[in-house]
Amino acid sequence: MTTTQSPVDERIVQVGPIAARVLVAGTGEPLLFLHGAGGLFWDPFLDALAREHTVYAVEHPGANVSEDLDHLPGIWELVLFYDELLDTLGLDSVRVVGHSFGGMVAAELAANSPKRVSRLVLIAPIGFWREDHPVPDIAGIPPETLPGLVLADPASPLAAMLTPPADDPQALFEAAMRMASVLHFIWPIPDKGLDRRIHRVSAPVLLVWGERDRLVDPVYAEEFTSRLRDSRLVTIPDAGHLPQLEQGAAVVAPVLGFLAGKDS
Amino acid sequence: MKSIFFHLMPYRDLPADFEERYESIWITPPNTELCDPRKVAQYYQWNLDELELADRLGFDGVGVNEHHQNGYGFMASPNLMAAALARRTPNNSAIMVLGNTLALYAPATRVAEEFAMLDVLSNGRLAAGFPVGTSMDVNFCYGVPPTQTRPRFREAEELIIKAWTQQGPFAFNGRYNQLRYVNPWPQTLQKPHPPVWLAGGGSVETWELAASKNYTYSYLSFFGAKFGKKLMDGFWAKMDELGIDRNPFRAGFAQQICVSETDERAEKEYLEHVTYFFNKCLHIPPYFFEAPGYRTRKSTEFAIKTNQPGAIAAAAALEKNWKTLNEEGFIIAGSPSTVADRLIEVAKTLRVGNLHALLQIGSMPHELTKKNITLFAEEVMPRIRHVWDAEGWTHEWWPSGAANRAVTEPSGAQA
Repeated sequence: MTTTQSPVDERIVQVGPIAARVLVAGTGEPLLFLHGAGGLFWDPFLDALAREHTVYAVEHPGANVSEDLDHLPGIWELVLFYDELLDTLGLDSVRVVGHSFGGMVAAELAANSPKRVSRLVLIAPIGFWREDHPVPDIAGIPPETLPGLVLADPASPLAAMLTPPADDPQALFEAAMRMASVLHFIWPIPDKGLDRRIHRVSAPVLLVWGERDRLVDPVYAEEFTSRLRDSRLVTIPDAGHLPQLEQGAAVVAPVLGFLAGKDS
Repeated sequence: MKSIFFHLMPYRDLPADFEERYESIWITPPNTELCDPRKVAQYYQWNLDELELADRLGFDGVGVNEHHQNGYGFMASPNLMAAALARRTPNNSAIMVLGNTLALYAPATRVAEEFAMLDVLSNGRLAAGFPVGTSMDVNFCYGVPPTQTRPRFREAEELIIKAWTQQGPFAFNGRYNQLRYVNPWPQTLQKPHPPVWLAGGGSVETWELAASKNYTYSYLSFFGAKFGKKLMDGFWAKMDELGIDRNPFRAGFAQQICVSETDERAEKEYLEHVTYFFNKCLHIPPYFFEAPGYRTRKSTEFAIKTNQPGAIAAAAALEKNWKTLNEEGFIIAGSPSTVADRLIEVAKTLRVGNLHALLQIGSMPHELTKKNITLFAEEVMPRIRHVWDAEGWTHEWWPSGAANRAVTEPSGAQA
């Protein structure tokens, strides 16, 4: 799981006023990947997806060029941005995989353009709010507590990825800018009306949840399964909010199976 | 130099172990546990009495500001306090509302209306403060997305100035304020509008706005002149770069001040209350200070380059004993002559013509506060008032209806 098997091509795709950064790798049917608040990094999970698909992993706009966000005041413009990006890439119909915030955006995209999304994988997506399980405010907690919320094993090497070194202002700044570009769309509560639109999704949906996700509690899966026409849920033991990295093999198998249409 | 008695209106009776038991003085200190409305009733009376005393004793201005869910300042609506002051300041001090946090109000015409009411009610004594606001207030307490903080501020500023200066009704098509009919009754008494006082913590964009709109800028921090020097040097460098004159009345700064008969006595009387302020009132975890996106990329880069995070951390880590607090300039304390000498030095170092004197600090009781205000007014103010006279600048940002006490000649001295 650690070696890159296919070369990753970095492309800049002009979408209206925004220059989108897209990592492309693999062969096969096209797959759009939308990342979470941590940012876009080519990781073993994307490698696994690229074994059977041409993966287009898009960097969420605004992390590097703050002005991008001026063009995207809300979730509606963000969804249209992705819709236009797919036009520009010449992809009429795609499989979409989204993690966390990227899962929310993926669900919104599939609700907006149901015919465009053939299969949808949502890994620990946000987009709903339950008073009995409020999603913690990731900006309003001590940074050192983040691994405990996100990872089943906070001592795992993945923890370093979540918290830039406190004595490196530049790294902290870059991380803050990445986070800002996501908070722009979900502040102060990550419920922006998906419940009013999600019924439009026509694609089969696979939900993946870490059993020990303390950021977005697994009870949130109900919010999706109860509203989607065609969905199934896989829960991953010993995983938190990053199951695709914490328990890669356990996530890759059902995801690839579902994307290949073996599970419906 | 103008002296403004600036009141934060803190909770004066926080529990002794507050900073150990609670996460923060701001946003989350549990209200039912910590904030007793019966005590607050008493504080509000004291606070207003103290501000009114300052007017009687000849301060140039009395200052109030806006914070939310904050134990060191729960003046959620400074306009309510300013309204009370407008009626009870017979000595015609300027009413400095520093200010209304513009990004919180949509439509921002609410601010245009309330400030116009205050300006009329006070007979043209209002200074209209337009702070960008802290991340704590804007993002955490009022739920504005961090990235919208500045765009909302800028749009509100534009709308308010238009509402005050253009003939109504007119339409305003903003991103956050869409109005078919902008036509506030009344417009302001001061023409073209009350002086605008920006207040901030060192954002480059705010300085550029001050320059382009000819607004005055006050650097508000609790860390004194030593820390503020780098920031104010940045402000003046920006003014130079933009071809703006070096009129010291363009700039102001906030300072905690403790005056007593002697330096030794000041320590005896004030140390407890100053310690309360620094230990309890500034008990704010770093993650509340700046939600990601609150500052622009440009200002964040400037902050990193000038090591602001490091300097704040260093300031926060200092042991807050009397000696350090004085040496670092967090407080200016002592006999009237000690205080006056240091204030003159600080004013010259920072090149500022407006002093926001914080004279009620932390748990400081009413009687001691009155003493501090009185000694400052009677023995410090006369010594610092004329610090800029030799340079001959005009204060273009003083409310036109307020008394102009900096003028020594009986009449007509101001241009």
